[in-house]
Amino acid sequence: MAFLQQFALLLALLIVFSTSCKAAALEVDSVEVGHNYSSKSTATEDTSTSTNNSTDGQAPSSITTLPIVIWKWHHVETPYLVALWILTCWLCKLVCELNHNVTSVIPESGLLIILGFILGGIVWGADKAQTFKLIPVNFFYYLLPQIVLDASYCMPNKLFFSNLGAILIHAVIGTCWNAGTVGVALWACYEGGAMGTLNIGPLQFLLFGALMSAVDPVAVIGVFEEVHVNEVLYILVFGESLLNDGVTVVLYNVFDAFVSLGGPKINAAEMIKGIVSFFVVSFGGSFLGVVFAVLISMLTRITKNVQVIEAGFIIVLGYLSYLTAEMLSLSAILSITFCGVCCQKYINANMDEKSVITLRYTLKMMANGSETMIFVFLGVSAIDKTIWVWNTGFILLTLFFVVAFRFMGVFFLNWVLNKSRLIPIDIMDQFVMGYGGLRGAVAYGLAAILDEKKIPEKNLMLGTTLIVVYFTVILQGISMKPLVQWLKVKKATQSDLTLNGKMNNRAFEHILTAMEDICGRMGDNWWTRHWKHFDEKYVCWLLMKSDAREHNDPIFGAFHKLNLEDASKYITEGERKGSLAFIRNYDSASVDFKKKLALEYADIMPNIMADISEYDFGIDNVPVNSVMKNTIPSVSLDIHEQDRNRSMPNDLSAHHILDQHLYKSRRDNHATYSRSHYNTSENPDEMQEIFQRTMRSRLESFKSAKMGVNPAKKLSKHPKKDSTHKPNGKPADPHRTHPFGDEDFEFSADSASSSEIAGHFPRRSTNAPGAGVDNPAFIPEMDTSPPMRNPPWQTETANNTAVAASQRAQGRLPWTPTNLRRLAPLRMSTHSTDSFAMADASVDDEVPEEKPGTHHTKL
Amino acid sequence: MGSTSSTLLKIPNVEVLMQETGFSPAHMIRLHDRFKLRCLFPQDFGAIKELAMNPIGDRIIGAFFCPGKETVDFHTFVKILAHFRPVDKNRPKEPNSPEPINSRSNKLRFAFQLYDQDKDGKISRDELLKVLQAMLGMQVTEEQLESIADRTIQEADLDRDDAISFEEFRKVSPEILHSRCFIKV
Repeated sequence: MAFLQQFALLLALLIVFSTSCKAAALEVDSVEVGHNYSSKSTATEDTSTSTNNSTDGQAPSSITTLPIVIWKWHHVETPYLVALWILTCWLCKLVCELNHNVTSVIPESGLLIILGFILGGIVWGADKAQTFKLIPVNFFYYLLPQIVLDASYCMPNKLFFSNLGAILIHAVIGTCWNAGTVGVALWACYEGGAMGTLNIGPLQFLLFGALMSAVDPVAVIGVFEEVHVNEVLYILVFGESLLNDGVTVVLYNVFDAFVSLGGPKINAAEMIKGIVSFFVVSFGGSFLGVVFAVLISMLTRITKNVQVIEAGFIIVLGYLSYLTAEMLSLSAILSITFCGVCCQKYINANMDEKSVITLRYTLKMMANGSETMIFVFLGVSAIDKTIWVWNTGFILLTLFFVVAFRFMGVFFLNWVLNKSRLIPIDIMDQFVMGYGGLRGAVAYGLAAILDEKKIPEKNLMLGTTLIVVYFTVILQGISMKPLVQWLKVKKATQSDLTLNGKMNNRAFEHILTAMEDICGRMGDNWWTRHWKHFDEKYVCWLLMKSDAREHNDPIFGAFHKLNLEDASKYITEGERKGSLAFIRNYDSASVDFKKKLALEYADIMPNIMADISEYDFGIDNVPVNSVMKNTIPSVSLDIHEQDRNRSMPNDLSAHHILDQHLYKSRRDNHATYSRSHYNTSENPDEMQEIFQRTMRSRLESFKSAKMGVNPAKKLSKHPKKDSTHKPNGKPADPHRTHPFGDEDFEFSADSASSSEIAGHFPRRSTNAPGAGVDNPAFIPEMDTSPPMRNPPWQTETANNTAVAASQRAQGRLPWTPTNLRRLAPLRMSTHSTDSFAMADASVDDEVPEEKPGTHHTKL
Repeated sequence: MGSTSSTLLKIPNVEVLMQETGFSPAHMIRLHDRFKLRCLFPQDFGAIKELAMNPIGDRIIGAFFCPGKETVDFHTFVKILAHFRPVDKNRPKEPNSPEPINSRSNKLRFAFQLYDQDKDGKISRDELLKVLQAMLGMQVTEEQLESIADRTIQEADLDRDDAISFEEFRKVSPEILHSRCFIKV
């Protein structure tokens, strides 16, 4: 099946593609062959003017009659082709992701390149030349920035800065080492005669070495996302690849300038200038990034009123930081990297939570999209006869040197680093670091902007770069996962967010700094602590909104996040169960109940469970995995909820619920079916539920007639219970003991889905004023509205004013035994036999009937 | 070199101490230089300026003093610092040697006793509240603080005695904690 699906999709993709191709081939006639799709953006203007005069002459000037529609391909050509290509690339990704068995073996990046080969082949077949390829301008200006911005924005900040030293050493010294050694070694081999005669001088070799030294963050993320290595290793490889791109570009520019100058003109002064320029460009770029980060953070302080485009500001300013750096010929990649890393903390605090999510997803979407395009185009670009100049010696030696020197550099630098690191990088990690030196699009992009006039063997270099990219991305990418498993590299440990974890982390930070103080050492913690102090005192003051500052504490943040999670879990759970505790609180939406780890207790301490099982209503009978997969949430929503909706009259929400969930009459449904999606979609379920209820009630009355009992009073209570509270699909009514119970059960099991809808009813049985005895199937309409306006506990508490906390009690989740234990006294005093008590009793039908009794007496 | 060994000789029971803590002779000398005196009083710690800024600084100082003792001798001092000594891979692991002093659970025990001020082996709600109060500062209101404390206890509290025992404390502390908690000595 999966294969068929894949095949169909591939087919669709090819159709889309070939039409785009055909269109291009048709319209873009021989004049335009050789342009790739994006260089058309510059080329279209002249071609379109020319074609407008010549080929498309039928259009404006001399019309004889009014044309109804005109074929205007040239107007839309460029954006159309761009959009088509984006679509095609993304469809490729879709195809790759269809089967996870494949992606678990071959990394996605490799698959995309392979699909790129196929696409490139088709283009070649159609046009007899490679009309589409990745050109550096597009890559560096439109595809790369968002990837880097996303990577830096999502960078685990603390980890990054605490390993910054190691990352910088690898990125700067390691890259220089790679560039130098590869260049020199290749040149030596060339002089030794290993690759025949080539028109390459030593400086060109160095330039080539420089462009080959870029470890590609895109490829690295792609491969390392699959293998979950430990976080230190990940940040080392990833951070290095990110910063090293910037360094590579700088190195490349320096060597490029040297090549332009020519060998003889280079003297000591030029060399020194080169080194100075290297540092100015990299540090200038980083500094510019920090400046932009400050700008962004300050801007987000005041964007509260334009929340919709808030997230856009960050993207645009990030992009501007890239372009500005490029304009000043500073390192653009470093600039945008530091911009993202530095501003993330402040903008996340400043912006609304929604904007943060928007930003995160937008960036991810853009980055992922352009990443996909890059890989596909890396594949497409290969299918081009003109760039392939084969020189076995050159290519093989390059491959060998690139890998070998990478390993040597990594091992040497780590050896140096380990001398001073508190936690040394172990040998396996070092090996993976070396092996993770994947080359990618940056190297290709740099190779593609080589100037053919200065470097006659450009095509050889380009081809070699492509081969190195394929080798590292595909082969090393595939073997990375087995290698990591085989070497038993420490994997990332997933730890849940817990308050204890946060708190203990914080406590240990304090302890460690105190110990350092006592020892009189200025260690890492000293720096961290002082930065934190400075940050809190000045930087946050400048860059953060005042209210954001207050909630900035990580412990409090964790608390807030956990509460949010729990609240949503609670709501989902409550709605699934059909007990909507929220709407019943009449003075505020505040819910406050304690967390109980009932499930964990059940696992860990069975004897305690046995002890409390007396007042525990069937924890065994509730389908544990569905009800309490996670620990039962504890929510104190009051901090954030109380200010909201305080004045909202309670029955407004009740009316809303009623409006939504009352069964529509048939006429209603028909009248509105064309417009309202809601009605049409839920209609069948409603109908089914009503039908089942009718059937059930008939069965009931049939049985009772047979037995000679009149169950009408009971009926008004219990059938709805069945459809509401039946997570496990068991016949839940303990009172009903008739021989046909199983048939009944079948009905209710079928209506499991409809019961969810029906579950939104706040079902009340006590106040049902005996209505609907004649036709129990329609009780809900009859008896929901009165209790909604006047819920039982309200009337009860009016009588029994001693119990003030009853609303809170009502708000609790009914499914935990411990909750019950705490709740029970309150509920007893309110005398409300609401759905909580009933539900708890009804879910558990194996517990004997006396249980509720003992429970009551006990408390 | 002569001065090195002579300083070492001045420290009583230096061999035993090094064996117990795993510090190298260079470390011992450094620490001894830092220690200077025959014994330390609480006010000696108070003289360290940075420590006064530490929100739980007084608790940490308190941890150096055994109950009932007014002073810290060098032996105790070094032993406590040894909790945070980095692991050295070079030392051969003897299979039946006692648990090293800088193991995860020893570290956690040290942290635990910072919380557990009344030394009853449990972190009660009040104790937790006090620590949180110290660490969270002014930004959080009293009510929030209380609900955080409640929640923290509930998270860890497996036997539902409304307190965190060491066993529970160890279970909920994240694994990563250990790998980061080292200082240069």
